[in-house]
Amino acid sequence: MGFLSNILNLGLVVAGIRIAIPILLAGLGGLFTLQANILNIGMEGMMLFGAWAGVFVSYMTGSVWLALLAAVGVGLLAAVIFGLFGVRYRCNIIVAGMGLNLFAGAFTMYLLRSIFRTRGSLSDPRIVGVPTLTLPVIDKIPFLGPLLSGHSLLVYVAFVLVAVVHYFLYRTPTGLRIRAVGEHAEAARSVGVDPARVQFLAVLISGAFSGLAGAYLSLAQLRMFVENMVSGRGFIALAAIYFGRGTPVGTLVAALIFGLAEALSMRLQTLGFPSQFMLMIPYVVTVAVLIVVSRLAAVPRRLKLPSFTEEARE
Amino acid sequence: MAQEELVRLEGIEKSFGSVRANRSVNLTVRRGTIHALIGENGAGKTTLMKILFGLERPDAGSIYYAGRKVEITSPQQAMALGIGMVHQHFMLVPSLTVAENVVLGHEPQQGLHLDRQAARRLVQEIATRYGLAVDPDARVRDLSVGLEQRVEIIKALSRGAELLILDEPTAVLTPQETEELFRVLKSMVAQGKTLIFISHKLKEVLAISDAITVMRAGEVVGNLKTAETNEAELARLMVGRPVLLRVEKGDARPGQPALEVRDLWVADRRGLPAVRGLSFTLRRGEILGIAGVEGNGQTELVEALSGLRSIERGEVEKDGRSLKGLSVAAIRRAGVAHIPEDRFRRGLCGQATILENMIAGEHYGMPFARRGIIDWKEAAAFTETLVKEYRIKIGSIYDPASSLSGGNAQKLVVAREFSRAADVLLVSQPTRGVDIGAIEFIHRSLVAKRDAGAAILLVSADLQEVLSLSDRILVLYEGEFTAELDPKTTSEEEIGLYMSGARRMDLRAKAGGISA
Ligand SMILES: Nc1ncnc2c1ncn2[C@@H]1O[C@H](COP(=O)(O)OP(=O)(O)OP(=O)(O)O)[C@@H](O)[C@H]1O
Ligand SMILES: [Mg+2]
Repeated sequence: MGFLSNILNLGLVVAGIRIAIPILLAGLGGLFTLQANILNIGMEGMMLFGAWAGVFVSYMTGSVWLALLAAVGVGLLAAVIFGLFGVRYRCNIIVAGMGLNLFAGAFTMYLLRSIFRTRGSLSDPRIVGVPTLTLPVIDKIPFLGPLLSGHSLLVYVAFVLVAVVHYFLYRTPTGLRIRAVGEHAEAARSVGVDPARVQFLAVLISGAFSGLAGAYLSLAQLRMFVENMVSGRGFIALAAIYFGRGTPVGTLVAALIFGLAEALSMRLQTLGFPSQFMLMIPYVVTVAVLIVVSRLAAVPRRLKLPSFTEEARE
Repeated sequence: MAQEELVRLEGIEKSFGSVRANRSVNLTVRRGTIHALIGENGAGKTTLMKILFGLERPDAGSIYYAGRKVEITSPQQAMALGIGMVHQHFMLVPSLTVAENVVLGHEPQQGLHLDRQAARRLVQEIATRYGLAVDPDARVRDLSVGLEQRVEIIKALSRGAELLILDEPTAVLTPQETEELFRVLKSMVAQGKTLIFISHKLKEVLAISDAITVMRAGEVVGNLKTAETNEAELARLMVGRPVLLRVEKGDARPGQPALEVRDLWVADRRGLPAVRGLSFTLRRGEILGIAGVEGNGQTELVEALSGLRSIERGEVEKDGRSLKGLSVAAIRRAGVAHIPEDRFRRGLCGQATILENMIAGEHYGMPFARRGIIDWKEAAAFTETLVKEYRIKIGSIYDPASSLSGGNAQKLVVAREFSRAADVLLVSQPTRGVDIGAIEFIHRSLVAKRDAGAAILLVSADLQEVLSLSDRILVLYEGEFTAELDPKTTSEEEIGLYMSGARRMDLRAKAGGISA
C-alpha cells in the first residue's frame, strides 16, 4: 500500500497535467489540419521554431509577452513554408513535413552556435519564463489547491483554448468550411469554397498553436533552449488528434492520458525500475489506447444487436 | 408558344483527348418550361450541362442567357446568373446537417458565429414553398437518396436559381419518390422556374417535359415537342435503330440449388437489423427477382451474400459449402459475381484506369498474372475485347475510370462481372443510368447467362425490370419477405401492395415452398 501510494498520488497527476500541456496545445491547432484532411507531420518542426523564438526574444528583450508573441509568429511563419509546399504547390505532404522538421532541427542548432557560440543548450538568467498563477481561495483547499493552483499561466490558457477551439470549429462559418473541405472537397468546391485556401488556413492555425506549444516547453517547463528539445512531442500530438478523432475534447483526453503515462514512467525510473523499459511506457500506452479506441468504435453496432428486434419496430 | 427563350447554346464544341463529347451543339430552352435532354450513354449530355454550369470550358461556341451573351467560367458565375445544377452524383457533406449543407459557402452570420436559426428558416421557407419537406437538422448521412436529392434542389434554389439543371434525377429514385419529385418540379415551373431534365426513362420524359432534345455521339439529332412524339420515335432517334422495349425469354428450367440462405440476419450501418431472418433457395437456371422499395434491406442482403458486410446470424451455403465469414476474395473465388448498386462506391476505383478496373479481382492469377507478375499485354487485350463487346464509350483503356460517363461506368462493371467464370450472380440495379440500347443488351445477357445454367439474384427498384426478367419474385418489406409471386400471374399493382406492407403472405407456413 505504502509503495503504491508513493507512485499513484496527487503529485503524479499534477506532473501528468504539465507534461500534457504542450501536446494539448499543438493538438488543438493540429486538429484543424486533420479536420481539413491534411496529414500534418510538420508540427514537430513548428514547435521547435516556437521554442527557439521564445527563448531568443525573451533573452533579448526580457519580455515574456513579446517572447510568446514571437513564438506564435515564428510558428505561423513555419506553417507558411509547410503550407506553400504541402498545400499550395501540392508537393508530397510527408516530404514537406519531414523537410520542415529536419530544417527546424538544423537551423535552430545553427542559430544557437552562431549567435550564442554554444552547443547543446542555452540557459541564462536573462531568459524570463512564463509566470505561474496562484488561484486565490482555491489555493487553500487541501486536495484541489495543489491540483488546480500554482500552474504556469499557459496551462490555464490551454484549457480555455479547448473551449475556444470547440466554439470555432462547430459554431462559426469558417469552422463549418474546414469540416466540409476535409470530408468532401468536391462538394465544397461546387458551392464556391476554395479547398486549398481553407486547408492553408488550417495549416496556419496549426502553426500558431504549435509555436505556443514550443514556447511552453522552453519558457514554462524549462526556461532554456535545448537542441531538438521537442523530441517527438509533435508526433505524439498527431497521435492524440487521431485518438480524439479531431475533436477538441477528445484531444484533451488523449493528451492527459499520455501525460499521465509519461509522469508514471518518470516516477518509476526514480524508484529504480530499469529505465529502458520505463521509457517505453508512454509509447506503449499510446499504442494500446489507440487500439482500444479503434475497437470501441467498431463495437457499438454489435452491442445493440441482442435487443434489436424491438428497436427497429419502434 | 409565347414563352421567350432563356438559354441559347450555339455551336458548342468540346473534346477530351480523342473523344469529341460535343460537336457544334445548338440548344434553345424557353422560360417556364421543362426541357428534356436524352441520348445514349456517352452522348455528351452531362458534358453540355457542365459547360452551361461553368464546370467545363467549351473549345468553341457561345452561350446566351436571358438574351445576353455570357462567358461562364465557374459555377459561382453560373449561380450568380441564376443557373443551378443537381449533379448525377450528389455533392453533399455526409456528416453535416441539411441546413449546414444548404448554407455552406454563403453562410448567414450573427456576429462571429453561424446563424443556425436563419439557416433553418431558409431551408424551411424553400421547403414549404415547393413542397420539399425535409428536416433541416437531420444529418445528411442518415437520409435516403430521395431526401438527399431534395437537399440538393433546396441548395440550388437557396442560391437563387431560376434555371435548374437536373442530371438523371430519377435514376436513383423509387417510383413513389419519382412521383413526388415530379410534383415538386411542376410546382417549380408553375412558379416561373425553368428546368432542364436529363433521363433515360422515356416514359418519364414524355410525362413531365414540354420539349425534348435528343443527342447522339455528341450531336443533336432531334428537337421535338413532347405532345407530338412517342416512345418508339424517341428510342429510334437515340439509338439510330428500332429498339426492343420488351425482354424476350423462354421459360426457365430451374436445376440444382446453387445458393441456400437460412435465417439470415444482417445489420445496417447504424447497427439496426436490416435483414431479419430471410430464408430462400436460389437455383441454377433461374432468375430470382427481389422487389421492394429501396431501403428495405436489399443493400444489406446483397452485401452480406457478397462478403462486404458481416452476417450477424444465419447461414449462407453455396453448393453445400458455407460462405459465412469468408472474405470477399474467397467468395468471388468460390464462383460468386456481384454487380453492386453504387458503381462508384463499390463497383469501381475512380482513380485507377479502365484497364486496372477491368482486371481487378482477377489480377493475381492466370491469365493476367504469372508468378506474381502482371502480364499487361494480356490484360490490355482482354480489356479491349470487352470494351468492344459491351460498346463502352471510352477514349483509351488507360484513362481513369472517373472519366467515364455514368452509364458507361455501369457497363464497365457489368462487363467485368459477366466475363468472370461465376455461376452465381448477385445483380443490383444493373441498368441504373444505362441507355435503352444498353438495357436491351444487359437484359439479353442476363437471360443468356440463365440459360447457360447460372443462378441469378436480381435486385431492382425498377418494377418493370423485375417483372419482365424474373422467373420468380420475392417481395422484401422491412427486411422480411412479404410474398412469393409468379411474374406470369401477378401485376405491378399486386406487387405494390406487398411492397408497402399493406398485404403479407404467410410464408413461414409454406416455408417449404421457399427454402426447399
Ligand atoms: N473528364 C473527362 N475526361 C475524358 N473523357 C471524358 C471526360 N468527361 C467526359 N468524357 C467523355 O465524354 C463523353 C461524353 O460524356 P458525358 O458524361 O457527357 O455523357 P452522358 O451523355 O452524360 O452519358 P450518361 O448517360 O452515361 O451519363 C464520354 O465518352 C466520356 O467518356
Ligand atoms: Mg451523364
